[in-house]
Amino acid sequence: MTTPITRPTRKNPVLRTRLPTLPPNARSRIALGLTAGAARGVFELQVCEDCGTVQYPPREACRACLSARLRWRPQDGAGELIAETRLHHSQELYFRERVPWRVGLVRLDVGPSVVVHLHGDVARAPARVRVTSQLDRSNQAALVALPEHATPHMADDPELREMTCDPKFRKILVTDGKTAIGQALCQQLAAAGADLIWAGLAEPWKKLPGSDTLASIPQVTQVPLDVTNERSVQDLAGEIAGKVDIVINNAEHHRTTSISSRPGTDVARAEMDVNYFGLLRLAQAFGPALQARGADGQSSAVAWVNMLSVYALSNFPAHGTFSASKAAAYSLAQCLRAEMQKSAIRVINVFPGPIDDEWSQLILPPKVAPAALAKSIIDALRSGVEDVYPGDVAQEWFTRWRENPKALERELAQ
Amino acid sequence: MSAQRKSYDGVAIAAPFTVPYERYSTRSAHWFLGRALAGVLGAAGIKKDDIDGLCVSSFTLAPDTAVGLTQHLGVSPRWLDHIPMGGASGVVALRRAARAVQCGDADIVACLAGDTNHTDSFRLNVSTFSQFARDAVYPYGTGGPNGSFALLTDYYMRTYGAKPEDFGKICVAQRANALKFPLALFKKPLTIADYLNARPIAEPLRLFDCVMPCAGAEGFLVTRRDIAEELGLAYAGVLGTIERHNAFPDDPIQFRGGWALDREDLYDQAGVKPADIDFVQAYDDYPVIEIMQLEDLGFCAKGEGPAFVRSHDFTVGGSFPLNTSGGQLSVGQAGAAGGFLGVVEAIRQLTGSPLGGAVADAEIGLVSGFGMINFDRGLCSGAAILAAKARLQ
Repeated sequence: MTTPITRPTRKNPVLRTRLPTLPPNARSRIALGLTAGAARGVFELQVCEDCGTVQYPPREACRACLSARLRWRPQDGAGELIAETRLHHSQELYFRERVPWRVGLVRLDVGPSVVVHLHGDVARAPARVRVTSQLDRSNQAALVALPEHATPHMADDPELREMTCDPKFRKILVTDGKTAIGQALCQQLAAAGADLIWAGLAEPWKKLPGSDTLASIPQVTQVPLDVTNERSVQDLAGEIAGKVDIVINNAEHHRTTSISSRPGTDVARAEMDVNYFGLLRLAQAFGPALQARGADGQSSAVAWVNMLSVYALSNFPAHGTFSASKAAAYSLAQCLRAEMQKSAIRVINVFPGPIDDEWSQLILPPKVAPAALAKSIIDALRSGVEDVYPGDVAQEWFTRWRENPKALERELAQ
Repeated sequence: MSAQRKSYDGVAIAAPFTVPYERYSTRSAHWFLGRALAGVLGAAGIKKDDIDGLCVSSFTLAPDTAVGLTQHLGVSPRWLDHIPMGGASGVVALRRAARAVQCGDADIVACLAGDTNHTDSFRLNVSTFSQFARDAVYPYGTGGPNGSFALLTDYYMRTYGAKPEDFGKICVAQRANALKFPLALFKKPLTIADYLNARPIAEPLRLFDCVMPCAGAEGFLVTRRDIAEELGLAYAGVLGTIERHNAFPDDPIQFRGGWALDREDLYDQAGVKPADIDFVQAYDDYPVIEIMQLEDLGFCAKGEGPAFVRSHDFTVGGSFPLNTSGGQLSVGQAGAAGGFLGVVEAIRQLTGSPLGGAVADAEIGLVSGFGMINFDRGLCSGAAILAAKARLQ
């Protein structure tokens, strides 16, 4: 049974902080298909469209019939552990720092044998397991065999915790504590075991609906943070950046303008200032400190969450300038991901559809409730995915966008 | 329907040579292969222009292949081969060169294998070993073959009841053989207690289950008997060979190799039975694969390997002489030369010129090769039955 992790003791500032190292991240291009699935939490393997043979490792021709028509298809991961080892030695620094490390060979029920990271609660071989595809600390897909049925504290398994960004015992900055989403995030993070939550408030002197509830959560500390003000961002970073394990940037400016619906650029500028430049300011101020702590023990710095919008994928003309600012933020988030990846910090992009708030008043349901959106972010941290499309609208848009981005563009123009 | 296999009559293998192994070297693979060629030529008393065929195996020769080596060493062969099969390369080089000289495509082929070992060579090699290894094994921390063989060993132990002492017995016997072999890197006696008390590397593997990477080279000549006689070379002959790749792809994990598919062919060609074999040079990067070879090559049935080990003495003077120079486990694994070690030692035993212990009245020897853990298993297997001159027609 997994030993539950305990609250980390106060860090001795004199001791050297362990620098982040990464598991090997080189993959062939075809193998990145596995990463594409893991990024959104799906275990996919190539399946031959002609003969149905499931393939692994990823390849360019069907091993049974030589067909080149191999499609990535979701798998349930059921299989049997047939052999295992516990590594006490590795060529790679990342593993040398973490041995002993359990590795297994699983025969999937669908055919192939796969090498897996092996959860500590899986019984000695032969044992039934459930294989999942997770992003490892180098942000590439790795297969993990979990016990067939959930076990107590299983998220605390040291190998699994390396794949996830579990908020338990972590210190988290929520950049906007004012909104319904920000408050839901604070409540749910506290419930998920977060050690400390800083809730940013751009105008801390204002009394807002829900501020009493926020103040009543013992883990929450309200801090002044205006993401449009570089000095404000720098001041807060100077105070807490070295302690932050997870940044959740939910600060957002949203107005319902298109090009012709409002003259001038003031609203568009304000949207860009929060949604795009806000992210840039935060990333420059907090990024380096997070990156330095990417391997700082059991509760290392681990993730950066951006609340984007499904409108970042394809412009929604009724909210045209907002969409454009989110598209800019998405592009910058990809840059941030590339930079953060070197330090084992995962950048999680959340692409909600319309949120049930005042700025989406005229959009017909379904809309995602703030509490549901907050939950999807906590789930993403716990499961270790990096792209989240919460809510039915976001799911549908994402599917349409993947299938045919041009068709979606036309549909949104209606 | 396959044509009737032609025999290897008239083939001679000679001039075994070993470039002494070193744990680490600052030299390149080219240096070791150059020394190996000079060594076999010296052993045969011929000049480099006398060879017209060249066969090379190496992991660390990149960016060169056998092609670049011809210019580097100043030879102009009319037959050239490069064999990237690691532990199976010795047997495969032998059987290809044998056909070349039989058919007249070449008269004298120098077969060479060698690698250097810098302090970071092994990591670089295993991290880029193959596409499947890079995508689906190396990211799991297994550090090359240790992890893969740990999995195979775990499965074998559970399925067939092998005990750590069984693997230990092989390692201890080979160390005893190595103590007589001057080129072995391991020079300290090994006891079963030393073996069992050694630190774990990848459970169930312990330190002495794992070969030690090193630098070095091996070489030999393949020619026709008439040429060998003319040159006055001591030589051995070839009775039969097999080669197989990616055998039993549907086995969920490797518990047998291609030998199990081809051994009847091997013994039929050679006209001998397992009981006629005087010694075996088995591929031995880990002892579990030796037990599989003993089973798959018909010395005992599948699953009876552990009992076979318990009832035999594997030292040079024992009931079943195995890896008589100490094998890779005690001599060291000089990259692709590890695939040649057994062939070179077999030629020495069969020509009465062992550097270490001699197998009494050795007339028929079996050499087995195994190589290339591409993903979860070794893909290449091969074996050859060789005979002393007295046993040739």
